[in-house]
Amino acid sequence: MPLVRTAAGSVLALMLCATAQAQSDVVDGTGRTIRPPARVERVYAAGPPASLLVYAIAPDKLLGWTRALRPREAQFFDARAAALPELGRLTGRGNTANVEVVLGAKADLIVDVGFIAGTYTSLAERVQVQTGIPYALFDGRLEVTPATLRALGRLMGDRAAAEALAEWFESELAEIRRRVARVAPEERPAAYYGRGPAGLQTGGRGSINLEVLELLGAENVAAEARAGLVTVSPEQLLLWNPQVILTTDPNFWRRAWDDPLWKAVDAVAQRRLYLSPHLPFGWFDFPPGPNRLLGAWWAGRLLYPKAFGDVELAQKVIEFHRRIYHRAPSLAQLEALLGEPGVLGPR
Amino acid sequence: MSARSFAYLATAAVLLALVALAFAVGRYPISLGELATVLASFVVDSPHDLAPNVETIVLQVRGPRVLAALLVGAALAGAGTAYQGMFRNPLVSPDILGVSTGAALGAVLAIFLSLGVLGIQLFAFAGGLAAVGMVYSVGSRLRGHDPLLALVLTGVVLGTLLGSAIALLKYLADPYNQLPAITFWLLGSLAAIAPGDLAIAAPFALAGLVPLLLLRWRMNLLALPDDEARALGVNTRRLRAIVVAAATLMTAAAVALSGIIGWVGLLVPHAARLLVGPDFGRLLPLAMLIGAAFLLAVDLLCRTLATIEIPPGVLTSLVGTPVFLWLFAVSRRTW
Repeated sequence: MPLVRTAAGSVLALMLCATAQAQSDVVDGTGRTIRPPARVERVYAAGPPASLLVYAIAPDKLLGWTRALRPREAQFFDARAAALPELGRLTGRGNTANVEVVLGAKADLIVDVGFIAGTYTSLAERVQVQTGIPYALFDGRLEVTPATLRALGRLMGDRAAAEALAEWFESELAEIRRRVARVAPEERPAAYYGRGPAGLQTGGRGSINLEVLELLGAENVAAEARAGLVTVSPEQLLLWNPQVILTTDPNFWRRAWDDPLWKAVDAVAQRRLYLSPHLPFGWFDFPPGPNRLLGAWWAGRLLYPKAFGDVELAQKVIEFHRRIYHRAPSLAQLEALLGEPGVLGPR
Repeated sequence: MSARSFAYLATAAVLLALVALAFAVGRYPISLGELATVLASFVVDSPHDLAPNVETIVLQVRGPRVLAALLVGAALAGAGTAYQGMFRNPLVSPDILGVSTGAALGAVLAIFLSLGVLGIQLFAFAGGLAAVGMVYSVGSRLRGHDPLLALVLTGVVLGTLLGSAIALLKYLADPYNQLPAITFWLLGSLAAIAPGDLAIAAPFALAGLVPLLLLRWRMNLLALPDDEARALGVNTRRLRAIVVAAATLMTAAAVALSGIIGWVGLLVPHAARLLVGPDFGRLLPLAMLIGAAFLLAVDLLCRTLATIEIPPGVLTSLVGTPVFLWLFAVSRRTW
């Protein structure tokens, strides 16, 4: 059967061909094989978590931010990064980017980091087909960040820089886990993360919003609620009676001290209600990027004063900024970050 | 006893039973004895030796929430009844003139500007009033049409515009932080009601509710064509303006408190009409009672069924859709 033989031969040839080029191929977080161009100089990041990782690996390759940096955010970056244009979100909740803008920016590679569920994978595939630009999508969970950094390094042709970052990130995660392992179960306070202006939105086990708490092995009082964001009733909250409350909402933080309901909660009565720093990117919850590593150090200190007591938070901030934002904060900036009311103490 | 007074008595009894149940049941277990002690000591201002949390639950959490459910339910049902009668249309709900959409735009703007709870409530209230003010002033200037039709059409058109403004703000909002807050507000909830919120909203709601109740006998005339009413010596234009103002005031106050809760203002007037007929004098108070009882029951389920809160709008539409269809099937009354 010559025909069959020919067909088998071409399949074999194709497979050989594929192996020959496989060295430059990178498998992204969704299992799709991405073939980057020989030189990647211009990267379009589809959302804030991707922007931060691309910027951390190769600041000069980032084409722009999802949303232009506001002055209070830009003060932590050098002039070039501060002036990068606003390009919009490409996928995720609502597309604000115009595909023509992405094409006009002459991107060599599109990167998104976040959810990798089917919707997002198919969107990535569609944009890749439509634009002809390779589109890599990675899982945004904090603990897979080192792997994402390495894959991005291979895609962007910056293996060494990415490897250094990945090793550092890994050692930070490992040190956090080591410290957490020293905390006995009975020393872990009942913790609650309150979002929204009334502080009544939270998430259960598996929520991307509470990944920091999960990394810290904290006793999330709302663990049984569903993953994702939910509203809880004040009665349920009093029933849980958390001993530590973390929030990202300054309005809620200010209001809770004088609110009879919140005053009845142990955490507020014992003045253990803390407000997460939010500059240049949020520490605790959003955007769901590498920025949350600082949130883990911060929350670790607040939840487990003994196991994290000797952590120099200021040093952690300096190192993080130097590696991810490529610029150490000034003393005044550091004081503003850590000295903001609520970050480390009540007022 | 006439069927009508029986309907009143039965509704009032159900309402009282629901209030008692709502005070007694919740995520936080409180015994009837503790409840009685707290309420008694609140009324006569005597000390008690219960855990402070029990008092906090009853007076700061559950009590205000029960009152808010009653107020919001009564306000939405009352406004819906008034509008259904005034517009002579069974499909009209309190937001026909854009009050809910305007309030939603105000609230969304406040969240977009990162304001606190009080700011969100005030923006919502002001947004509701402004939207209806706009609709009314534009609609009543459109000459050469039936005045009611002009109002409704202006409401629909401006409502669409406001809806687009909401969509634009959602689009521009931070997707990780503000967008969830906006979504939760638009879903509606009575979870975060504090006594202070109630103290601000209640006077405005009552400022709409009371005049409406006082004028309820005259409101029958609004169902007549304008010239007939005028022949009876009634200034329909002024009466209509008062009704719109009152209904708007109470709906805006309700929405500012609870966010958007659909179906109450559409469904309850039909249920009340089925019981006592279309005469406003009898209809309006009953609709308010049923509205209060309905929302109280819905909210009771929302806060007790699960560890997390269930959005009341989801439950009202689950109940509302089949009941509305059933009411339509069984009612033969014209209106």
